[in-house]
Amino acid sequence: MEAQRRIEPGEPVIKFALLDDILNLARANSLWPMTFGLACCAIEMMAAGASRFDLDRFGANVFRPSPRQSDLMIVAGTISKKMGPAIQRLWDQMPNPKWCIAMGNCAISGGPFEYDGQYAIVPGAHLIIPVDICVPGCPPRPEGLIQGLLALEDKITRGEDRNYLRRFHRKGGKV
Amino acid sequence: MGNEVGSEWIRLIVGAVIALAFASLNALFLVWLERKVAGHIQLRPGPKEVGPFGLLQTIADALKLVGKELITPSAADKKLFVIAPVLIFMPVLVGFLVLPFAPELIIRDMNLGVLLIFAFSTFSVLAILAGGWSSNNKYALLGAIRSVAQNVAYEIPLLLTVMSVVLMVNSLRFSEIVQAQGHIWFIFLQPVAGLIYLISATAETNRAPFDIPEAESELVAGFHTEYSGMRFGLFFLAEYTNMFIVSAVATSLFFGGWHGPFGFDMKIPGIVWFMLKTYFLIFVIMWVRWTFPRIRFDQLMNFSWKFMIPVSLANLLVTAVVLKFI
Repeated sequence: MEAQRRIEPGEPVIKFALLDDILNLARANSLWPMTFGLACCAIEMMAAGASRFDLDRFGANVFRPSPRQSDLMIVAGTISKKMGPAIQRLWDQMPNPKWCIAMGNCAISGGPFEYDGQYAIVPGAHLIIPVDICVPGCPPRPEGLIQGLLALEDKITRGEDRNYLRRFHRKGGKV
Repeated sequence: MGNEVGSEWIRLIVGAVIALAFASLNALFLVWLERKVAGHIQLRPGPKEVGPFGLLQTIADALKLVGKELITPSAADKKLFVIAPVLIFMPVLVGFLVLPFAPELIIRDMNLGVLLIFAFSTFSVLAILAGGWSSNNKYALLGAIRSVAQNVAYEIPLLLTVMSVVLMVNSLRFSEIVQAQGHIWFIFLQPVAGLIYLISATAETNRAPFDIPEAESELVAGFHTEYSGMRFGLFFLAEYTNMFIVSAVATSLFFGGWHGPFGFDMKIPGIVWFMLKTYFLIFVIMWVRWTFPRIRFDQLMNFSWKFMIPVSLANLLVTAVVLKFI
């Protein structure tokens, strides 16, 4: 017997397959991240949005300042204990459907700040919010973030070959 | 009920439907253009993966916004909160009724067209205030208050410059104003007025460098901080439609409307000239946005009250005196 899954607030009770596919296609190709950085990974995130790497190619460079208008939270940096509740609150303020990328070792597992007896940081974003994609690195290069973003797009459309809107597909089509 | 009344209604309804369709398509295109222009000014390609040249990007954005959860804050004034996005979009649509696209292509060529378009564009301030107030969010309220102060300050030089054009033509009818520019555009006769109109129009549409109401570095997202999904999308739609209206009015008041330069029409239909000029002006507004930094709020107010209003008043006076003794 499968345990009954709790329905998240804002999640539709009835789902339509084709409509969902079309909406997911649109969602995957217009992931608006929140203007939000915690530490040094944020610098790499900004670099990913700037001229050399340009997240706008994938439609993901509309950094919205308000959580109400963003779809994607990029946790870029060390989460201190004091910052934890703020992140949780920002996540709660985002409208469904929403996704989260944990960028860098600190956001994944605490990184170099996690040791016996540490008292200052939250070791991993997954302890306070649901994380979809982890991008390892200290900090990861902008290419890493872009790969994480593409992996998230694949997760939303369930496979890169189903992302009919995107023009260029990666070699092999797998992450 | 005569036959004439019926045909008048049909004309209005068809016009409204066309205006609605055009406004949506125009916003889709302008958002794409804005991101492309921003990209190329910042030495990056802009959207290019989603569809050819990224043309499907804004369609994906719009679909996504439709599918997003609509959040109404529990402390908000719910009725006003829901009405505000509609309220900001409707008056913008009214502007299409009187715009002279071509000699035969005006939905309603009213004798008070100029007055009507500016009367209704003032209306959007009310919608912004309603949205900011009803959100019950301090940043939204601050953004709305700034927007009202800014719009009131820039409405005055805008209308004064329009007055000096109206003085020259002696009519508030758009078609007559455009017809008077058959040989020489008013931008050459009224360069100061034209320039002040463009600056005030940029401020009226809340575009950078005058985008104080939504200054991200100070006010989160300004008056639409609490809006999500398609409600936010409607604010977006209204902004880009407003940009088109403002540029179209500038085209018909200063840049000769459907006429070619210096009476050379070159057998090109009027609507093509009109659209070319309008979209060029929109491009200029975008160019300005991605080139200049945002100015401070006191500088903005000082610039309007201490410089633009005196200069436009002087311009109006000079125009009146010259016309009297010519």
